[in-house]
Amino acid sequence: MSSGSIPGAIVLLTATLRLATPLMLTSLGGVFSEKSGVVNIGLEGIMTTGAFFAVYGSYISGNPWIGVLFAMLSGAIVAGIHAVLSIHLKADQVISGTAINVFAAALTNFLIFKFYGVFSQTPGVTPVPYPRDAMLKIPVIGTFLSELNWFVFLAFGLVILSTYILNKTVFGLRIRAVGEHPRAADTLGVDVYKIRYICVILSGVLGGLGGATLSIGMMNMYLNNMVSGRGFIALAAMIFGNWKPLGSMGACLIFAFADALSLYAKKFGLPLPQEFYASLPYLLTMIALAGFVGKTTAPREDGIPYTKGER
Amino acid sequence: MKQSEDRKKSSSKFKDSLLNTLKGMLFPISAVIFALFVSVFFVMWAKNLGFGESASLLFRSLWKGSFGTKFNFMETLVFTTPLIFTGLAHSLAFKTGLFNIGVEGQFIIGMITAAIVGQIPGIPHILHILLIIATGMLAGGAWAWVPGILKAKLGTNEVVNSIMMNFIGMYLSNYLVMGPFRKPGTASTQLIQDSAKLTRFVSPNDRVNTALFIAIGFAILVYILLWKTTTGYELRAVGTNPDASEYGGISINKNIILAMVLSGALAGLGGATHTSGIQYQANQLFGFPNFGFDGITVALVAKSNPIGVIFSALLFGALNYSSAGLQVVGIPSQIASLIQGIVILFIAAEYGFKIIGAKISAKRKKEAVVNE
Repeated sequence: MSSGSIPGAIVLLTATLRLATPLMLTSLGGVFSEKSGVVNIGLEGIMTTGAFFAVYGSYISGNPWIGVLFAMLSGAIVAGIHAVLSIHLKADQVISGTAINVFAAALTNFLIFKFYGVFSQTPGVTPVPYPRDAMLKIPVIGTFLSELNWFVFLAFGLVILSTYILNKTVFGLRIRAVGEHPRAADTLGVDVYKIRYICVILSGVLGGLGGATLSIGMMNMYLNNMVSGRGFIALAAMIFGNWKPLGSMGACLIFAFADALSLYAKKFGLPLPQEFYASLPYLLTMIALAGFVGKTTAPREDGIPYTKGER
Repeated sequence: MKQSEDRKKSSSKFKDSLLNTLKGMLFPISAVIFALFVSVFFVMWAKNLGFGESASLLFRSLWKGSFGTKFNFMETLVFTTPLIFTGLAHSLAFKTGLFNIGVEGQFIIGMITAAIVGQIPGIPHILHILLIIATGMLAGGAWAWVPGILKAKLGTNEVVNSIMMNFIGMYLSNYLVMGPFRKPGTASTQLIQDSAKLTRFVSPNDRVNTALFIAIGFAILVYILLWKTTTGYELRAVGTNPDASEYGGISINKNIILAMVLSGALAGLGGATHTSGIQYQANQLFGFPNFGFDGITVALVAKSNPIGVIFSALLFGALNYSSAGLQVVGIPSQIASLIQGIVILFIAAEYGFKIIGAKISAKRKKEAVVNE
């Protein structure tokens, strides 16, 4: 970060936005999955998979956008496994998600070795380009814009789009119906399983995008453990945000601010141990959850498998 | 006459329960076999070998690296010991219907606590060990108490909270290691006193130590607690049917907190004995040591049976230790975690397989009726 002449407030603000982006995309995935009634704790693993395949896609094609596509696809496939387990096989969704997390971490490590013959990190690839210099020429907000990346805009766009889809479209109504009252939805001819599959796989696409943001959006490589709990924080943000896209976005911004503060704490000369700042986002998550719980409600049938045609 | 009937009944009851246990074990065992089978394909891919060659290379290396030599067997036991503790911690929580994914953090807190308490000079050996056991359990229990009370009093999700506590635990441990307890010039604490070290009973070169016996002892204790005491009955009742137990006068909240604290205490003890038996100091952590997460698989494969945990821990201890040696023959050590992931996926799907099985047999019955 070469930001010698940029005012501190803008540094902090843009860092917050950059760090919030992977969280926002992933927690949006959580919103879709859980609104339809499937708990997806596997988002952590989905982000990991997305982050790795984004790099791999960019590596083999030289085109970072192919990497983004790879990330979305791999996220969808991993989420697909979770969907089959939770919807058709009626697995304990938390256990299934944990399996996804363990499996994804191991698989990416294995693939790093297989594809690159090294351990723990991939070589650098072409990251998603961003017209930094062109942005700088824009008056007034140029400095601010130049510190962002495309994923930031994408995340905010998708939050607005998702709010619209969930609240104003027939599809959104169906998602909410199968999450709140699947039997009633079923009676009215809504295919509960189909809607849930779509939503879980969509959560994989979004989680994969979140992962890609980390690897080829903010950096140019994949590092072992680079997700480090962000999938879980995104889930907490979703709960904190009352299972709504806009609410989750707000929560993600708060967590990201804590994260940004920890990165720039030294610069601002705050005299606390660095480990304290590192644990700040996690602490804040807990405090937020404790403070706001009871004021938020999960979809009624969240986490409960639905059996078709049961009386 | 009646007596013999009773005896017959009780003997058939025993047979039934044995049969049920065996039937119950069938699924986790086939999950492990299936996962090992799948892992062969990953070896084929990594090494560009045929199936037979890959299988023999993988299984020979795993066997040799775990039970093949005396030294390796002793090291396998070293890797098994912490998994018994974390497996027990998960089992106890599972039995109460909770998922304590925070075992990882509670284990870390146990490790750092023992590294600090172990430095106190001038305590007789037995007392020092008892002190380490007690403080390790206390610290791990306290770490688990937080998500427990938040779940019981506020209804916040224990899974999310204990994951956050894992990270906070790791950073707290790092702060203590790199801050007030740092051995100058290193990334670890001072070594613990000799009086705080658990006895290495085979030879000074073999790291296996009395922590193994403590672990087995606690497995038996947890078994007794769960199946032979009222407290255990209440814990299991809350796990199987919370509403009915509440109606029967069992406090759900009290048992949730109790189960979390006991589970955390077991995890903390695992960490404490890992320090005082193996590490002798706490080191700066750059990632999770994973004993806590591996315990999930251990408990799932053991079906949360405390005695079963001992054997399941041995299986995964062997796998974890020998997988490190796979690197030598060019197989990535991640195979061990891949196997674990597949095992959990498979076990998660168990219920679904049962439904499918029931459907098939119901269909067969229907067809049979039609045929008649």
